Amino acid sequence: MSSAILYALAGAGVFVLGCYGMVVCQHLLRKILAVNFMGSGVFLVLVAFARQSQEGVPDAVPHAMVITGIVVAVSATALALVLMLKLAEETGAASLKDSDKQ
Amino acid sequence: MPVFILNIPWAALLIIVPLIGMLLAFLFSSAARWMGFITVFLNLIAVLGLAQELSSNGVFQHTVGGWSAPLGIELYADGLSLLLLFTTALVSLGVAVYAAGYFSHSKASSFWPIWLMLLTALNALFLSSDIFNLYVTLELLGLSAVALTALAGGRAALLGAMRYLLTTLGGSLLYLLGVALLYHAYDTVDIQLLSQRVEISPVTWTALGLMFLGLSLKTALFPFHFWLPPAHSSAASPVSALLSALVIKASFYMMLRLWLELFSDFGVIDQVLGLLGALAVLWGSWQALRQTRLKLLVAYSTVAQVGYLFLAFPLAGGNQVFAWYAAGYLLISHALAKSAMFMATGNLLQYGNHDRIADLDRVVQRLPITAGAFAVAGVSIMGLPPSGGFIGKWWLLESALVSGRWDLVTVLILGGLLAAAYIFRVLGYTFTEAPVPHEAKRVPPAMQWIALILASASILLGFLAPQILPWLNIGDALIVVEAGS
Amino acid sequence: MNAVINEWILLLVLGSSLLPGLIIFGLAEERRGLRTTLNLFGALFKLFLVIWILWGVFNQQHYETRLELLPGLEFVLRAGPLALLFVSLSTILWLVTTIYAIGYLEGSPHRSRFFGFFSLCVTATVGVALSGNLITFLIFYELLTLSTYPLIVHRGTEVARKAGHIYLLYTIIGGAVLLLGTVWLYTITGTLEFTPRGFLADLDKTYHPALVIIFFLMIAGLGVKAALVPLHGWLPNAMVAPAPVSALLHAVAVVKAGAFGIVRIVYEVFGVDFAASLGVTRPLAWLAAFTIIYGSIRALYQDDLKRRLAFSTVSQVSYIALGVAIAGPIATIGGVVHLVHQGLMKITLFFCAGNLAETLGIHKISEMNGVGRRMPWTMTAFTIGAFGMIGAPPIAGFISKWYLGWGALETGQTWVLLVLLGSSLLNAAYFLPILHAAWFRQPPDKWPHEHDFGRKETAWALLLPPLITAVSALFVGLFAALPFSPLEWAELIAEREFYQP
Repeated sequence: MSSAILYALAGAGVFVLGCYGMVVCQHLLRKILAVNFMGSGVFLVLVAFARQSQEGVPDAVPHAMVITGIVVAVSATALALVLMLKLAEETGAASLKDSDKQ
Repeated sequence: MPVFILNIPWAALLIIVPLIGMLLAFLFSSAARWMGFITVFLNLIAVLGLAQELSSNGVFQHTVGGWSAPLGIELYADGLSLLLLFTTALVSLGVAVYAAGYFSHSKASSFWPIWLMLLTALNALFLSSDIFNLYVTLELLGLSAVALTALAGGRAALLGAMRYLLTTLGGSLLYLLGVALLYHAYDTVDIQLLSQRVEISPVTWTALGLMFLGLSLKTALFPFHFWLPPAHSSAASPVSALLSALVIKASFYMMLRLWLELFSDFGVIDQVLGLLGALAVLWGSWQALRQTRLKLLVAYSTVAQVGYLFLAFPLAGGNQVFAWYAAGYLLISHALAKSAMFMATGNLLQYGNHDRIADLDRVVQRLPITAGAFAVAGVSIMGLPPSGGFIGKWWLLESALVSGRWDLVTVLILGGLLAAAYIFRVLGYTFTEAPVPHEAKRVPPAMQWIALILASASILLGFLAPQILPWLNIGDALIVVEAGS
Repeated sequence: MNAVINEWILLLVLGSSLLPGLIIFGLAEERRGLRTTLNLFGALFKLFLVIWILWGVFNQQHYETRLELLPGLEFVLRAGPLALLFVSLSTILWLVTTIYAIGYLEGSPHRSRFFGFFSLCVTATVGVALSGNLITFLIFYELLTLSTYPLIVHRGTEVARKAGHIYLLYTIIGGAVLLLGTVWLYTITGTLEFTPRGFLADLDKTYHPALVIIFFLMIAGLGVKAALVPLHGWLPNAMVAPAPVSALLHAVAVVKAGAFGIVRIVYEVFGVDFAASLGVTRPLAWLAAFTIIYGSIRALYQDDLKRRLAFSTVSQVSYIALGVAIAGPIATIGGVVHLVHQGLMKITLFFCAGNLAETLGIHKISEMNGVGRRMPWTMTAFTIGAFGMIGAPPIAGFISKWYLGWGALETGQTWVLLVLLGSSLLNAAYFLPILHAAWFRQPPDKWPHEHDFGRKETAWALLLPPLITAVSALFVGLFAALPFSPLEWAELIAEREFYQP
């Protein structure tokens, strides 16, 4: 029981860390990683709560959700990376900042 | 009504048709445009079929493949879904015609598949009946929207798309965390079941906060609108039309749906949304007024118009269904008018190769249909009669006066005045001569007419309220479920 | 059959200018013949319809169109006495102005656009006249704002653009205020239907403070178009528009829509007795009186002819508001009839001003020396209009002033007589010098910018309209006692408002 809560709290922690990274980091690669952190945090919360809901037999629904979520996250990350590369090609830097200067 | 028509699974078709259309457009890229045309046309027919079905049978529910929730997927449609589906179908038709003239062949082969993907995601979102499927469709929508934004290429579009992507991903994950909490607390993701089980508790509050924060980000509600102007203004014009008319409406629809079904007892939040909406109206309009580029002006106008939708939340509190009608009506009018406006802007950009407002250089006589489309769409955006925007504003004003919300009355009046100011600023310059004349490029008539047709449709809406409201009322979609009943 | 006609004929009246307008938008610039045909056909057909309706009403027919607009709120057109008065005026003056505009714009660019919006403008005016409830009125009132804007910026100069903005600044704010008042009223009453003697008198006393505010909101909204001081600032600026537009704006469309709205609000929303008992008519009367004097004084100092006429309009239109606000039956007759009289006289003056500008390039009063000899017919029409404005019998303006003064005496508001007297003196002070210069001074050797019209003083299409309207202004004054004259009609309206059970 308590381990589940611990996991959930850890998940929330990872999520918050991701949020922080997203706001603070300049480099786009870091930002993309931060988004993935956020995702992993949410998945951790989902899995943690799943075990808690039924003793012994794990609840399949959150697992299905996590799998779906991972698929989405992978494709999102792929898109983000491609965009980042294109942007670096175009502007010479993988950051959102330089738009403000020019 | 012949039996076979009733037996066609219209709702399923609404997802399958654009999906197949996307695959075909991807595989046969030389014929992508035709695949697109056929798809949006069939899509409209499917919406009409669904409407027919709803009008005779009431609310529609369908369990895909016999797998029921939570593991399976259920489709659900009532008046509110129908409104959104219909709006999407109409705007899609317009965008298809416009895009056919707009894109060069090389761009077109990427545009059509992604755009049909977006259509699939929109339709699926409006038909979803559980909060997890809403998440999946929302992500699908966000990703295709970002890809479309980036399609324009170039520095501004790529930067806009990147910012948009990070925001949309962050928003979805916030929402998903809320879903996780709700599932943990109530053991289901089905909206109907949740609405029976949900109760006021810290977990629910947290879930509500996370979900609405995420969705506000995606809807570009003030102060989370920062990503919208760069993305919407740098995208290709047909894409801007889609983004402003439909994509942000999807996340608004989710908020509306969740609020009506699950969270209507959670006071305060509606006031907060109303406050942010009011600020959005004022700030967005003010920013629009300050722009020197037409496309940015139109994008900021979207920020303002989104604000109006949120004014319905505090006003509907006193069981005033008219405020929700207003939101629904403003939603569809804005979708039509704003897509027309972005198309007109796209035409002007193509024509003069710039969108500096002060240098529009007599387009009123050189490009009269486009200028007319902008003006007519502007009437609806300003909320002047006769137009759909006027009807929506009338209802908002009425409910604000009935509930004695003079602050919101002031916002409504001021917002209308500011809108008139920024739209007529543009129109004034369409009459005058620019100091430096520039070369003009031809704009295909279809691209001009379709803008005017969509804009006129938003005017026509002003006369159709008695015809449209009964559809909106199917399944009492806008009646808040009273606690305990 | 008759029932069907009675239900749809009012829509047809709107359509008779809306449809030609929309078709004209699509016409190429050089399709002059077709455009002229459409314009004249629309105007004549509308006139025919209006005569049909007048005849029908005379024979106890009832014309009304109702379409559902919102749940519980309808789009209503109705041919009541007030509506018919204004519709007849607009229809006749539209016909005349169309002829004038065709002559005036001969050879100038963008005529299709001009006549398209011109027709929309008239559609909106007729809609304003026929509206059977406040929301319908509001729709056409705003449509009028929208359709006049392109006419004001028509020339596409920087000055025109700025004038258009000033116009919108006033009218859009006015429209918003009117909308607020309307919705507020609707939330209190649940109806917006124009009813003789109003529909508010039975409301509970607790609503009275709100009703007072609503009254002033509405008057402020309408006062913008009616150019009540201090809401008149747009009018002199809007003079950059081509002459037919100025003529229409001043005599028929915009200014009158505002004045007509005030008449509607006082008589058919509040009811004049109820309005008086709320104590709101007195401030309106003061405001109108102040506007009358202020407009006249400002007119004195203008050298630009159109600007002088514009300030004269500011002053004269407030006679209507004054007649309404005196709140007595006789004054009502004076106010309502002035709606027509001022229209006839002012449109004549603007036509003449346009002729001077078009034929000789004269824009300033200081350039008008001896112009009567060069353009005798135009200046004769101008003279009739000017004497009418001053209030010299037997021209129309005299009738209005007579009834206003008599009405003021009847209700014991003698101060109004002073206003009327002062205004007439001021009218004389700013019109007589023009007439003196035009008829009795030596013409200059060369006019500022002369066009050659052969042996005629100017083109027929330019000369005929002011002569027609000037003669009409003379006739409605001379034969005011005949049936179907504007005066008779105004008496009918006053009778219905004050005496009928």
